[in-house]
Amino acid sequence: MKTLKLFAVVAILALIGQAFVAAPTSAQSNVIKIASHSPLSGGQSLLGTAIRNGTELAILQLGSQVTDLGFTLEFVPFDDQATPDVGVANAQNIVNDAAILAVIGHLNSGVALPASEVYNRSDLVMVSPANTNVNITDRGYPTVNRLCGRDDAQGAAGAGYAVEELKIETAFVLHDKTAYGEGVATFFAAALEEAGVEVLGFEGTTETANFDAVITPILAQAPDLVYFGGIYNQAAVFFRQAREKGLESAFMGPDGMDGSDLAQIGGEAVVGLVYTSAAGPASLYPAAAQFVEDYRAQFGIAPEAYAAEAYAATQIVINALVNAITENGGALPTRAQVAAAVRATEDFETVIGTISFDDNGDPKVATYYILQVASADPEKWGENPLIGSVQAPSPLTAKEMMGN
Amino acid sequence: MTAVPNIASSTQRSPLEALGNWLLQYILRPVLQILLFVFIAGGSISLLALVVGFVLQTDWHGIDILRVPARINLFEQVVRQLPNMLLDGITIGFVYAVIALGYTMVYGVLKFINFAHSEIFMVGGVVGYEVMIRLRAADMLSSLSPLVVIVLMIGVAMVICGTLATVVERVAYKPLRGAPRLVPLISAIGVSFFLTDFVRGFQALNRNVFNMPYPTDQVTFFNERIVLAQGVSTTNTTLIIIVSAIVMLVGLNYFVNATKIGKGIRAVSQDQATASLMGINVNLMITITFMVGGALGGAAGVLYGLKTTNVTPYIGFIPGLKAFTAAVLGGIGNITGAMLGGLLLGMLEAFFSALLPYFPALGLGYSDIFAFAVLILVLLFRPTGLLGKKVDEKV
Amino acid sequence: MATNALFQNGAPQSQPNWREALPTLFALGYVAIVYFLLHSIDRSMLLFPLWSSILFPMFVISPFIILGLKIDGRLKVLLIAIIGLVLMPILGLEDTFYLELITQIAIFAAMAIGLNVVVGFAGLLDLGYVAFFAVGAYLWGVFTSNANTIVQISGAQAAPELFWLFLFLGVIAAAITGILLGLPVLRLRGDYLAIVTLGFGEIIRILVSNLSNISSNRRTPINITNGAQGLPGIVGPPLPDFLVEGVANLTAALGIPATNVRALTYQLFYYVLVLGVCAIAALVAARLDNSPIGRAWTAIREDEVAAQAMGIPKVRMKLLAFAMGASFAGAMGVIFAAKNTFVSPESFSFIQSIFILAIVIVGGMGSIRGVILGAVIVTLLNLQVLKNFSLLINSLKNIDWVIPIINFPIRDWPQQLEPARYERFVFGLLLIIMMIFRPSGVLPAKRRQLELQAAMGKEEIPEAEIIADVETIKPEDLLGNQPKEQS
Repeated sequence: MKTLKLFAVVAILALIGQAFVAAPTSAQSNVIKIASHSPLSGGQSLLGTAIRNGTELAILQLGSQVTDLGFTLEFVPFDDQATPDVGVANAQNIVNDAAILAVIGHLNSGVALPASEVYNRSDLVMVSPANTNVNITDRGYPTVNRLCGRDDAQGAAGAGYAVEELKIETAFVLHDKTAYGEGVATFFAAALEEAGVEVLGFEGTTETANFDAVITPILAQAPDLVYFGGIYNQAAVFFRQAREKGLESAFMGPDGMDGSDLAQIGGEAVVGLVYTSAAGPASLYPAAAQFVEDYRAQFGIAPEAYAAEAYAATQIVINALVNAITENGGALPTRAQVAAAVRATEDFETVIGTISFDDNGDPKVATYYILQVASADPEKWGENPLIGSVQAPSPLTAKEMMGN
Repeated sequence: MTAVPNIASSTQRSPLEALGNWLLQYILRPVLQILLFVFIAGGSISLLALVVGFVLQTDWHGIDILRVPARINLFEQVVRQLPNMLLDGITIGFVYAVIALGYTMVYGVLKFINFAHSEIFMVGGVVGYEVMIRLRAADMLSSLSPLVVIVLMIGVAMVICGTLATVVERVAYKPLRGAPRLVPLISAIGVSFFLTDFVRGFQALNRNVFNMPYPTDQVTFFNERIVLAQGVSTTNTTLIIIVSAIVMLVGLNYFVNATKIGKGIRAVSQDQATASLMGINVNLMITITFMVGGALGGAAGVLYGLKTTNVTPYIGFIPGLKAFTAAVLGGIGNITGAMLGGLLLGMLEAFFSALLPYFPALGLGYSDIFAFAVLILVLLFRPTGLLGKKVDEKV
Repeated sequence: MATNALFQNGAPQSQPNWREALPTLFALGYVAIVYFLLHSIDRSMLLFPLWSSILFPMFVISPFIILGLKIDGRLKVLLIAIIGLVLMPILGLEDTFYLELITQIAIFAAMAIGLNVVVGFAGLLDLGYVAFFAVGAYLWGVFTSNANTIVQISGAQAAPELFWLFLFLGVIAAAITGILLGLPVLRLRGDYLAIVTLGFGEIIRILVSNLSNISSNRRTPINITNGAQGLPGIVGPPLPDFLVEGVANLTAALGIPATNVRALTYQLFYYVLVLGVCAIAALVAARLDNSPIGRAWTAIREDEVAAQAMGIPKVRMKLLAFAMGASFAGAMGVIFAAKNTFVSPESFSFIQSIFILAIVIVGGMGSIRGVILGAVIVTLLNLQVLKNFSLLINSLKNIDWVIPIINFPIRDWPQQLEPARYERFVFGLLLIIMMIFRPSGVLPAKRRQLELQAAMGKEEIPEAEIIADVETIKPEDLLGNQPKEQS
């Protein structure tokens, strides 16, 4: 009996083998895939999904530029679960699929750093919509680029506004203990202290719901300004509870505040909040307003933070693909060619503004827009008035300028 | 809550006297006990805060990490924020206590950690949101009395979560009765993964939302400020949380100690085999335990949602972990212990969060470390928790 | 039952001679066919995700099938060595995803073996096991990262050559941490122990994410772990040039286009390294289990009071269990940091501890072969099978596939329910199903299985039989003949 069973297993295996080794491969050699790689499950899936959706929308709308050249363009979403192990395993899966020529991701710098090592080994280009950590580009890899600003530049931009326009004397700085929130808050606090503002406290909290205990000591010190380095779905809850407990300080935050859900969750408490953003506001860029409309039509929701950046990243990648294909005489380009084409992006008009990359993959000059929440109505998020803007050259560009 | 009704003597008394006796036994005494716990937890923490504030306000030159910035008078700050700190601690403490009851009851009868309880709690929060949104859609949110709204939210959440907990028990735990204790633990973790993503998918399809902010601004009652003293104020929501938590705790006390089913549950938690020999339907008792625990978890979810104003499919994990810690702190399997543990843990959290920001070398981030350190210390001296019974040694 | 038959050791007593060669033939045939098929599928095929996630797990479990067959011990070792050291590396060079998968499997397997010592052997439920992993990872990370931490400023940065020393130090540091955790919790039992270990795990994670400044003056921070930013730029040990050249020659000989040979060499190196550590861990654990120490652990697990009465030094035994279990995780932590070149507190969350515990339970608590198989199953499920399922649906969507019979165009599947977003959901469901149908794990320890059957009333087993069975368990039953041959 037993031997029979054993041989049955072998026989079935052999049959399966017959079935598919003989079968023709269905996919053609001219398929190009663009992958999105962000957390699609778990507590951070909200923003991860925004990255995925932004990428898909861009491929749906602009894919014809590539398909017109005789290629098939496909979109592949990956879930990194916001975990480095999973991100690295996925990255290996991605680099081994020769059809994938670009990756849009990640959300977490903790995942992006090890995963981009894998991409870089295979010359696969990554354009990050959300990783603000300075180490991402400071390694100088030819394949790693980002659209969002750097923590150091953004923190300084916000602090400049707080000192000059809000004329604050004391501030309390909070962050969410992620690489992003802690990074931007650190640079914000440092810039404030340099300008002579007293930083009453610099605290990190992983709390997402009940901020009572966090608010009490802030209330006791009554700072002029409370800065929250983090993402709106945590920050809005904090701001709302802080107002309810009677905190009257001004509120401020980085580009993680840029999402209509801030108003949805925070309500009246966030009206008047000032935030910095690297993405051009809809009021300045007609393309941005169009994007919001299209996104809503496609997915039934307003774009969350990083959706526009992911869309812009995909715009750049598609443009680079077209350039690389043309340069390659209409043939399928190699990954290295695509990476070089992405890096060569110069004054390219995207949905969040004009982008040029420096040799490290940072935007040459990042413009930080300073906006203020005008209404508690999430529908009116796009109408938030622009109250200032700061031009921040990337470290490499700044060095060049100094050299000249 | 060791209320033992004296049936023999109560039969001879007049109905009024019996009612009085009943009130004393099942309402007054437990309420007083809860207040006593609040007093003990609050008092000891206040004392601790004042002592720490006093001792550490002088510059400790030897120890850098204990240094407070020169501009701050620590003692003064502690005194100033003491009332708020106590209020924070009591509010969250009651929420922890209600969740902890779910863990402790299940542990009592089945001796396993029901990791899925935190997701039942989360479902409660989501149900509360759904009820509120539906009321708003029907234009009833502002016209109905706030009390009716609250009762409706909590009631629906209790029914749905009670049922859900029962279904989970039937599907995922019942087939594992008698297996090693870690097996249902893994199954519970599976249920936990399943439920969070199920709720996320359901709400994505249903309303295409992830964040579920409670429309509390539509009901002015919730946001009315109660000023307790200069600089110390709270909203009606806090009051609602404390009152409903006390009502539920008292109700549970009555249910467990005075009803026949409660007696059955206690019997099953003491000795399943003997209980079944005595004619108690063990399976039914376990189902009821899950139902009651789930209902309490659901109600706690609504209260938490009202308090924090935003609910997501992932809110369950951290309060669940804290409540479980509270249950162990009080002595797992012990209902009174869960209450005391919840209140104490809430207080401890408020205490550390209130003091740590004044030490630049430490900071808020360490508050959980201290909370766990206190837990470990308590267990060092009382290995079965504050009110836990000594475990019988197997011979 | 079919799989059961494969894993069972006993075969009919008297058979003709030619029949004894059958299992060997089967093993050879199985490995050859699976390897050939795996080798011949390629990523341009539409159904690649499906075939790959059927065939690769089949390939990975082939050593377990071989161990379960009635084959000569030396042949078993030879076959497994060929699979592990020849076939797998070649496959991995062709598709580095497989190499990454098998490396992660081995990392988790070694940790699961360590946790198995604590939970399975000594019966101490540990919910914060990942803390020891963090200790190892941060030990190497802090001393080699290029982040601007106190070590860099003071110039105490370790040279990459010290990797081997630190691998050893990682073991020691984790073992000491294990003892430090063990000391205060000796009196605790069951779920009190569980919550304290959970708290301990959280304490370590919170510590590493907060130790970015321990100075009271914020302008002159004293940075140790770089906090939430994590430690970037961690290095691995330097590889001798001949290894790199060897891999270059190998890829050239096999006709594999290799863009970055050094990186590929590192990947292979880490694979061999984790496989080695994993083998040592399995060997040590198997020897311990069958030694007086292992029997003392069993005694403590079954009845602490009786064990003490029999003169078993409870304190020392429990501490030894914590230290042993922790040390494997510490070694893996050092390797993990070097392999990923980056560590941050995100990698050491409570969920990771639960994940490792799930491996132990799914595989079969107390059984070393079982927990390794558990690592294979859980890791592959999470990293390959579920992901590939999402990829398959995605590519079917891209070719506008219509499900036959019910006539449902897959393109109409709502975007909110995209499979890539519900991998945890399916994982949870599978955990429940697995627990219901195989509560003792896939490859349970014999003793546990008997206990379980007795407890759940599925089979009446006379007491004498249990004792007899326990007494006849030999290391061979746990690990095949492998350890004996290697030592």
